[in-house]
Amino acid sequence: MDLFRSNMRKSASSKNIAKERLKLVLVHDRVNVSPTFLEMIKGDIIRVISDYMEIDEDSLEVKITKTKSDEGDTMVPALVANIPIKRMKGAAR
Amino acid sequence: MREDKPMGEVIVITSGKGGVGKTTATANIGTALAVNGKKVVLVDADIGLRNLDVVMGLENRIVYDVVDVMEGICRLRQALIKDKRYPDLFLLPAAQTKDKNAISPAQMQELCERLRQEFDFVLIDCPAGIEQGFKNAVAGADGAIVVTTPEISAVRDADRIIGLLEASELRNPKLLVNRVRIDMVKKGDMMNTEDMIDILAIELLGVVPDDESIVVSTNRGEPAVGDNKSMAGKAFNNIALRILGNEVPFLDLEVDEGFIIKLIKLISNKK
Repeated sequence: MDLFRSNMRKSASSKNIAKERLKLVLVHDRVNVSPTFLEMIKGDIIRVISDYMEIDEDSLEVKITKTKSDEGDTMVPALVANIPIKRMKGAAR
Repeated sequence: MREDKPMGEVIVITSGKGGVGKTTATANIGTALAVNGKKVVLVDADIGLRNLDVVMGLENRIVYDVVDVMEGICRLRQALIKDKRYPDLFLLPAAQTKDKNAISPAQMQELCERLRQEFDFVLIDCPAGIEQGFKNAVAGADGAIVVTTPEISAVRDADRIIGLLEASELRNPKLLVNRVRIDMVKKGDMMNTEDMIDILAIELLGVVPDDESIVVSTNRGEPAVGDNKSMAGKAFNNIALRILGNEVPFLDLEVDEGFIIKLIKLISNKK
């Protein structure tokens, strides 16, 4: 099974790590977004959502990634927010 | 001066990051173009940190520099150094005791217009960075060559530079990947050309292997294209031929996966 292991090692080779890191960093570079800016968005999202549900602020994750556009194969930047909900508040029901 | 000669082409060689081989690329591509019968001038736009003169081995022949020309201290012709080893190869050195603010983009544009009337190719060696020196260097250019190495930092800066070139109306820059180590690419420890094209999404002009002969030729002040045994020299010569419109296949530096890995991929894809 050594052959398969060598194939697996390939996907985690350092050049692929470099490529993935580079892709991520370039998404930020290209849209010119600073980490502070993301923190501001994060703060505003928490403020709005907290009226309706109790969320886990520590595990809240906001990032900019690339995603395939609806038309065609081109990649477009997307704002992805992962917001774990603890409990719905009364007003939402 | 020749009459009704077509206007020459102004190409800036840039990278963003320092130390990726802009000056070496300028020296070698320029020399190769001259060897192929073109009249070429190399302009060192790295004012305050000039190096194209030493890489070309012409440092002892400098009397006037590009700032002297712009300030009217000498005529353009007086500042041009003729490389006696090659037909029609000239260097316009940078000033060493001034800084990037000694010239303006408008002055650079005017200089390029004058040079293109007399030369087939005007190659501008751009300083590292994205500040004044970069703005000066790109001001008069029709085309750009972006130099990068297969490192994450150099590719990131190349991406930034491509964006800035497009913002200054320099469309379709071409990529030169320098210092590729074939052994490391084969092991999967270095990004290959395809990876970089995939990320930067620009046209490839050439791939230059990491080659000790570049160090030796720079030590001697002789461009590597003059050395028939130099792999890097050959790669730079191919780049010059592509600039001249020839179709030259890229040197084979890409990963050879080998039979076993291909077989495994075939099997795992079928699942």
